[in-house]
Amino acid sequence: MFKKILIANRGEIACRVMRTAHAMGITPVAVYSEADVEARHTRLAKELGGEAVLVGPAASAESYLRIDRIVQACKDTGAEAVHPGYGFLSENKAFAKALDEAGIAFIGPPVGAIEAMGDKIESKKLAEKAGVNTVPGHLEPVTDPEEAVRISNEIGYPVMLKASAGGGGKGMRLAWNDEEARDGLRSAMNEGRNSFGDDRVFIEKFVEQPRHIEIQVMADKHGTCVYLGERECSIQRRHQKVLEEAPSPFLDQATREKMGEQAVALAKAVDYCSAGTVEFIVDKERNFYFLEMNTRLQVEHPVTEYVTGLDLVELMIRVAAGEKLPFAQKDVTLEGWAIEARLYAEDPERGFLPSTGRLSRYIEPAGRDGRVRTDSGCYDGAEISIHYDPMIAKLIAGGRDRAEALATLRQALDGYYVRGLSHNLAFLSAVAKHPRFESGEITTNFIAEEYPDGLTEADLQPEDPAPFAAVAALIQDRIERRERGLSGQLEGGKPDQPSAYAVFIGTVEKEEHDVGVSRGADADRITVGDRDLMVASDWKPGDPLFRARIDDVECIFQVDRDGAGWILTHDGARIRALVVEARHAPLQRLMPFKQPPDLSKFLLSPMPGLLVRLKAKAGDSVKAGEELAVVEAMKMENVLRAGADGVVKEIHAEAGDSLAVDQAILEFE
Amino acid sequence: MALPKAGFRGMPPKDNSRTEETPMQEIIRQLEEKRAAARLGGGEKRIEAQHAKGKLTARERIALFLDEGSFEEWDMFVEHDCHDFGMDEQRTPGDGVVTGHGLVNGRPVFVFSQDFTVFGGSLSAAHARKICKIMDQAMKVGVPVIGLNDSGGARIQEGVASLAGYADVFQRNVLASGVVPQISLIMGPCAGGAVYSPAMTDFIFMVKDSSYMFVTGPEVVKTVTNEEVTAEDLGGAITHTSKSGVADLAFADDVEALLQLRRFLGYLPLNNREAPPVRPTDDPADRQDMSLDTLVPDNPNKPYDMKELIAKIADEGEFFELQPDHAGNIVIGFARIDGHPVGVVANQPMVLAGCLDIDSSKKAARFVRFCDAFNIPLVTLVDVPGFLPGTAQEYNGIIKHGAKLLFAYAEATVPKVTVITRKAYGGAYDVMSSKHLRGDVNYAWPSAEIAVMGPKGAVEIIFRADRDDPDKIARRTEEYRQKFANPFVAGSLGFIDDVIQPHGTRRRLAKALRLLRNKQLENPWKKHDNIPL
Repeated sequence: MFKKILIANRGEIACRVMRTAHAMGITPVAVYSEADVEARHTRLAKELGGEAVLVGPAASAESYLRIDRIVQACKDTGAEAVHPGYGFLSENKAFAKALDEAGIAFIGPPVGAIEAMGDKIESKKLAEKAGVNTVPGHLEPVTDPEEAVRISNEIGYPVMLKASAGGGGKGMRLAWNDEEARDGLRSAMNEGRNSFGDDRVFIEKFVEQPRHIEIQVMADKHGTCVYLGERECSIQRRHQKVLEEAPSPFLDQATREKMGEQAVALAKAVDYCSAGTVEFIVDKERNFYFLEMNTRLQVEHPVTEYVTGLDLVELMIRVAAGEKLPFAQKDVTLEGWAIEARLYAEDPERGFLPSTGRLSRYIEPAGRDGRVRTDSGCYDGAEISIHYDPMIAKLIAGGRDRAEALATLRQALDGYYVRGLSHNLAFLSAVAKHPRFESGEITTNFIAEEYPDGLTEADLQPEDPAPFAAVAALIQDRIERRERGLSGQLEGGKPDQPSAYAVFIGTVEKEEHDVGVSRGADADRITVGDRDLMVASDWKPGDPLFRARIDDVECIFQVDRDGAGWILTHDGARIRALVVEARHAPLQRLMPFKQPPDLSKFLLSPMPGLLVRLKAKAGDSVKAGEELAVVEAMKMENVLRAGADGVVKEIHAEAGDSLAVDQAILEFE
Repeated sequence: MALPKAGFRGMPPKDNSRTEETPMQEIIRQLEEKRAAARLGGGEKRIEAQHAKGKLTARERIALFLDEGSFEEWDMFVEHDCHDFGMDEQRTPGDGVVTGHGLVNGRPVFVFSQDFTVFGGSLSAAHARKICKIMDQAMKVGVPVIGLNDSGGARIQEGVASLAGYADVFQRNVLASGVVPQISLIMGPCAGGAVYSPAMTDFIFMVKDSSYMFVTGPEVVKTVTNEEVTAEDLGGAITHTSKSGVADLAFADDVEALLQLRRFLGYLPLNNREAPPVRPTDDPADRQDMSLDTLVPDNPNKPYDMKELIAKIADEGEFFELQPDHAGNIVIGFARIDGHPVGVVANQPMVLAGCLDIDSSKKAARFVRFCDAFNIPLVTLVDVPGFLPGTAQEYNGIIKHGAKLLFAYAEATVPKVTVITRKAYGGAYDVMSSKHLRGDVNYAWPSAEIAVMGPKGAVEIIFRADRDDPDKIARRTEEYRQKFANPFVAGSLGFIDDVIQPHGTRRRLAKALRLLRNKQLENPWKKHDNIPL
């Protein structure tokens, strides 16, 4: 076995690999860029008795993607093998070759397999040969629009025109008729050429109501190759996975076996070893078609680990060291259910705009009997930089069945307290409780269909406001009790503790709840309207999380002070609650609702940053799309353009100003 | 259900009791009638109008502000003594202001609440006398005075008598200043001479959209300068909390304002002879916060949010910030450490790199003096690159305004604990509660740089000859950085007492403040000092 391995990656995956290595008695070596001096993976390597090597400046191309520097780091530290994680160099054949030449083991598949699966058209041909179902389509590049039309008709509409090197939505065009096929070919070729320097485009059947289901395979160098069940990754946004689970709520055992066997056949056809994933697209009739094979560990591998009880990274390391897989296909059993949610530094309430900055508070959810796992690359006080992937952690929740896993996930999301930058936790919670997700009736279009505008104010309203009102009242009650302990009170002046409150929820329409608090030894009885809730919580002022049993159900509310009121976040809902003593309710009712200012009249800074240039002045007429200002954040210049034609009424900021997020830069008439 | 009337000692009541009441009963009945009239203020219609404006009445405000049942009203039966212009026909008991005392979380306050429904809350001689009466009493017993202002201005019918009333209040504001806390909550109009009473109180809070303050209103402005401006733009809550800095906070509505005022009072002592109120907390004084170790970025030019540090050293993360939208380059407000209130003054690197300028110096100086007057220890967090350069600053007198903060810190005798987190450059270093200004405990983080100026600027002066040789300059800069971009030189001179780890800041502050709880320090006797106003 290796004594020392280098992890050619960063973030959560580097940490995750290092922990397994450490548990196996292997010393981990981390690499880091100048931006990652204080990163968690850099720190962790040292904490685990290993070392960390600086490989270049912040830009990936100058650090994490520099094959020469990483090979040199191996030599300098004496690392015998490299785990590439995912992304970066994990599927780079030149890297695998360079390691090979330097006599360093690559913890991944052989170069040939990487090469074979790296090209969309090549891999599809290989798959067909290996007897794997492929999407009906034309495997030769198409250049002539009329030919595209002919082929499309052969396959039958709808068809997808795809640039060979395309991915992530780029270089892909959907066509429902001849005309769209002609246009689609042209634009797919253009995008392919511009984005990837490769204008080969092929055409295939477009699968309706598609699901993304993938098979995990694992092979050793001794001819054993097994499949470890499937993962359903249909909850995606623009081809970026958001929630994944194992098993799939859609597959039956027969389909699972067929898919597994085909995946193994493909792996064997390319002499695969190590962990790999064969991605399929599955239609509503459970027909499945090969998409591509990822010759690396996947982000979502933990859900497979949960249901198989295996440590995939450990297996990869053992296989790379020449060991045999310690089990055969018949030994593989799937037990329980696991769902993974990806924490992205992006703002679902603002078109999923990536956010960067400091995690001023970062509290991971507490584990629950091994059913909650957080794989994270950050820590309380860490900096999320613009240079790398916006995924900062992933949360994996398990259970005996899907319902249990889902309940665990929802609660764990509530216990995940992240402040300082925008993130998608509320969005994850919203999806997790969405009836369509709950029923398992999902396709890869789920997010586009259910959240076309991202997360909106309406999505954040609770279905049942009573527990929110109860929690808000109890919080206020404890604050009131504590305030009554102030020193300097007039003799006999200590006021009675109130027991009746009115809770006003929301800002748009004030929803009022009468809440009675009757304090008990173990739990407090909170009466909301005509409902009684027993709330047991040891919350005290200052705790960011209100952990409670409400009517014997465990739950967590996130608590943030907002002026005289409170912001409560729970289960995908976020409300502001103002709690007043019941006698004051008639007065609060008199308070006017104040319409928030019409922000459409303002040009707002989308992020905290420096106003570098301001191109408009008061009185200017501007056209839609015209550049108005440039905001620099994290060394990136963001051009802000006019959303519509208009006249600038007033300038609110000057070049050189530091802007907060949503700060007005200028105002239109 | 009406209870059967019971007579004295169980005797059956007389049938004609209503007509043949005793003198005592008659007085009580009249009293009840007067009370009812006083409670009704300007009448149902005007109350409705007040509500329609989103405003509460004078009494509703008091009910919200004070502990239940604690209000004792004084001078409910005072009426004005004006006979001109038909005023003798119009009398309302209380004469447009409700005064008295009550409790806020069990602690006494005197309060006056102007009643806009009675003569537009205008100030008559009688109205002023009521305010003066509670102020005099508040001074005697050492209890804060809270003014809930909602007044159209002087009672014009009374002429100069009304003006005299204002002056009587002003005089008391001045005498009470530094003796008991005085807080003004502006909840309606406040114009002309009326503004000067709040102006001399310690804090001014305003309610958004329903309050304004100005010396001369939009009409006069239009006549004299031809400027067209709305009352809101001229003197609304947003104007005064962002542009002018006259007001300390703006609240969304009356309820929010009064509830927050209750919270705010929890930080203040009742008077200048008393220690500020202690509040029990479950937040351990020795709580460490590892995330602070990464608060200061490696790049000295990259900003970070000083408010994060404040929240993380404060009990329960609670910081009651004042003037957040004015002179954001300095942050002021109250927090608690170990249950005891502290006044926090901190440079904010997020705004103008945290430099000192006219507005920030004035903002912080007044706050420091308030804390000093009322025995509230000062915690100063320093990351200051110097004073803001420029003609705008010099022409407007940064010399004298900057000196205010320097003066305030130097004269303050309350416990002063300072933490330098990063830059402490030049004269601004001296100003920010340095050891030299009788700082009691001065700490520095390992990232602290205490120097005359930034390394680059210093090298360009010291090695002027090498100015055109970037390599040499870079080398010299690095040398200078090595020497001064750390806390060691200042440490070797005793200008800082210790270098502390960021994560232990709360623990060290709590320890220092405990040590200083019985600090005794007096300035030489003087009539008063002569701060550069």
